[in-house]
Amino acid sequence: MKLTLKIWRQKDSKAKGEFKTYPLEGVEGDMSFLEMLDVLNEGLINKGEEPVVFDHDCREGICGTCSLQINGEPHGPDRLITTCQLHMRMFNDGDTIVIEPFRAKAFPVIKDLVVDRSSFDRIQQAGGFISVNTSGNTIDANAIPVNKHDADESFNSATCIGCGACVAACKNASAMLFTSAKVSQFALLPQGRIEATERVLNMVAQMDKEGFGNCSNTGACEIECPKGISLENIARMNREYLKASIKG
Amino acid sequence: MSKLDSKIPKGPLADKWTKHKNEINLVNPANKRNIDVIMVGTGLAGGSAAATLAELGYNVKTFCYQDSPRRAHSIAAQGGINAAKNYQGDGDSNYRLFYDTIKGGDYRSREANVYRLAEVSANIIDQCVAQGVPFAREYGGYLDNRSFGGVLVSRTFYAKGQTGQQLLLGAYSAMNRQINRGKITPYNRHEMLDLVIVDGKARGIIARDMVTGKLERHSAHAVVIASGGYGNVFFLSTNAMGSNVTASWKIHKRGAYFANPCYTQIHPTCIPVSGDHQSKLTLMSESLRNDGRIWVPKKKEDAEAIRNGKKKPNDLSADERDYYLERRYPSYGNLVPRDVASRAAKERCDAGFGVNKTGQAVYLDFASAIQRYGKEQAAIHGNHNPSAEEIKKLGTQVIENKYGNLFQMYEKIVDENPYETPMMIYPAVHYTMGGVWVDYNLESTIPGCYVTGEANFSDHGANRLGASALMQGLADGYFVLPYTIGDYLSKDIKTGKIPTDSKEFDEAENNVRQLLEKLVNNNGKHSVDYFHKKLGHIMWDKCGMARNAEDLKSAMSEIKALREEFWKDVKIPGTMYEMNAELEKATRVADFLELGELFAKDALHRNESCGGHFREEYQTEEGEALRDDENFMYVAAWEYTGDPGNSILHKEELEYENIEVKSRSYK
Repeated sequence: MKLTLKIWRQKDSKAKGEFKTYPLEGVEGDMSFLEMLDVLNEGLINKGEEPVVFDHDCREGICGTCSLQINGEPHGPDRLITTCQLHMRMFNDGDTIVIEPFRAKAFPVIKDLVVDRSSFDRIQQAGGFISVNTSGNTIDANAIPVNKHDADESFNSATCIGCGACVAACKNASAMLFTSAKVSQFALLPQGRIEATERVLNMVAQMDKEGFGNCSNTGACEIECPKGISLENIARMNREYLKASIKG
Repeated sequence: MSKLDSKIPKGPLADKWTKHKNEINLVNPANKRNIDVIMVGTGLAGGSAAATLAELGYNVKTFCYQDSPRRAHSIAAQGGINAAKNYQGDGDSNYRLFYDTIKGGDYRSREANVYRLAEVSANIIDQCVAQGVPFAREYGGYLDNRSFGGVLVSRTFYAKGQTGQQLLLGAYSAMNRQINRGKITPYNRHEMLDLVIVDGKARGIIARDMVTGKLERHSAHAVVIASGGYGNVFFLSTNAMGSNVTASWKIHKRGAYFANPCYTQIHPTCIPVSGDHQSKLTLMSESLRNDGRIWVPKKKEDAEAIRNGKKKPNDLSADERDYYLERRYPSYGNLVPRDVASRAAKERCDAGFGVNKTGQAVYLDFASAIQRYGKEQAAIHGNHNPSAEEIKKLGTQVIENKYGNLFQMYEKIVDENPYETPMMIYPAVHYTMGGVWVDYNLESTIPGCYVTGEANFSDHGANRLGASALMQGLADGYFVLPYTIGDYLSKDIKTGKIPTDSKEFDEAENNVRQLLEKLVNNNGKHSVDYFHKKLGHIMWDKCGMARNAEDLKSAMSEIKALREEFWKDVKIPGTMYEMNAELEKATRVADFLELGELFAKDALHRNESCGGHFREEYQTEEGEALRDDENFMYVAAWEYTGDPGNSILHKEELEYENIEVKSRSYK
């Protein structure tokens, strides 16, 4: 395959970025999208140019490090996968592919395609935990039976990988899907109910403080989420938030 | 004199840990506030230890190269975590978990450490459930279990194929609680590039801020390395792209002995290599061997026809298939340990029975499981005369429920539907049992420098059993290190803050600066990946699943030559004081190029086959590994001398007082 890549280049957080065009030949369908970028970079290094910097690590869709807005979509055209799992067989010979960083006020660009997602960590730090000491003096695991349906639902919410695609997909750059996934995971478990009120209030407050936008129910986040985190989580968080506010 | 004192407590095996905990020194809570600990790595071992130490009251600084602790590669562990809970009532016990682990490790691990691991295992599950880790449950609401290789009980707890993710997010949440309380200061996108030793004790690190490129000095009363394994020395492995040996190697160069580097786990069920562009390999969890049957064609003609596309796997009837694991190992069948399964796959492919275009693959087939579950589900739903279609539909649902994410991952990579056609798999580098030598307290040969999780060598001997890495990481972090490090820190209550303006910090920082300057100014001809791929080829061809003396000798000289070429000819674009991914890779590959040579040297000196270390010269007539207990029942701990090829060997003899050492059989 022969492709034309239009890639966002930006020296550092202060620099003004711009698109640069790179032709690329010899792309194979079996390559992942990131392996295609590896090939591009190898060529750039050999020509003495600076390679394109992008975030990536596990390359099997679970660490949540890779990002990229590909032709306007977070993680590209395929569904339920991350960019590292996107394969070039999804594209055709002669295609032009536009590659940008995730865009959001709360995700400032660090360099080229790399953004700072530490705002997500701070939302988790505000309440994404159960306050149990880790020294092991807890009760037997089977002393807390959990209804299978709730356990499965909690697991589904907990599979969020914190990649930020939901924010990048949203016209308001809202982090509701991300935040609600963690709120839901704990809200569905008896262990998590104890701190439910504080948790939802603190996490939502931090989310607002970080500059994420509001949710206007377009559902774009759910469609682009590589882990299929459902909009039901947002509905659940809204209920939890309302309950907590009344209790306040 | 050798420094290898394992410090195993006296007394009966089952009492050692309790007795040790009762006898070691404690630090008063008020004094803990004045003590700093550095944690390098935030995976299961590092994240859990950081959270626990912070909760105890120490001031903890964590370092990780990722943009968040949540992304450490523990997250990619799929199948599960072992614990001797005996919830299934199938005869499990601490002793049996201990026994299975020692036997699985081919009698090359330390009894006392492994027993402690088994002893604290049950508590890990309690802890994780209390933290809100959503493990799989049965309809009654209780925790579910599955089986893993090399054992005859069901002791593996799991969360679909994402157990590592759920456990890591649990440890991350415990860290977040402490970050929120101000007890942990996280330094993300930071890489440790040297250890600082003051008066013979580990007192700090030099780290590079990977966003600005600035070098930073950080001091502490103790330094913990929890930076994972070194499988990426092979270039292609199931590790994350960033996984590296650098933190471990830097402390090795400062005096920590490196143990058993040649013990590497080649995992039997990974997606086969597709081409030269490939950057990493993807694991298909061992849990799939609960339900999948492994086979190759019985006849070479069929294998050939499949390779050139004239036949499909489903064209072959059951008696045209060779279920070689079930044939060779009837009592464990498809659930033999990883080293055994990998070698058996290689044996069949080398003999010409491999599938895939390359001939380097075997089948993992779920058709029988789909049938079995389909009939079972039909019966549960009251349908006692189900059609073939109904059976398939119901059976597929069960398989999807158990392994859905793995099947999806396979389909995206290979572009074939594994519910319809068998998966193709081949062994790939996955885990390293070797690592920094530590004593019973997890302290390296540098006082005050501790090593936990995959980065140390301690618990898995020459082969790790499935679902034991998560167990060890969390055992070390939640339950072992927080006790043992207290004993050491109890001597530091009056020390006060460690200054960073000392000559030791100057020396270490200069050391790092010179290294980085040399790399960015080298202006050679080839990229870092060029060298890394070459190293990977040497390692896979000569230090891989089967090794021999001649190959290992040539590997040593080839790696040495490649290392010299690297320093002459590597090319790093950009500068030191900016985000520079090539520079990061270069510092890591420089260390792999040293480790690789020691790896081959260790494999060459060990004139026996054990676990993941298979020497062609030492095998039984049936092709099984042949140990030499008389001459090699020891841990090989290597001391750095400036030249990896001339490292000095120190031996820790292994004593088995509670287990009879036998030849390992899964037949």
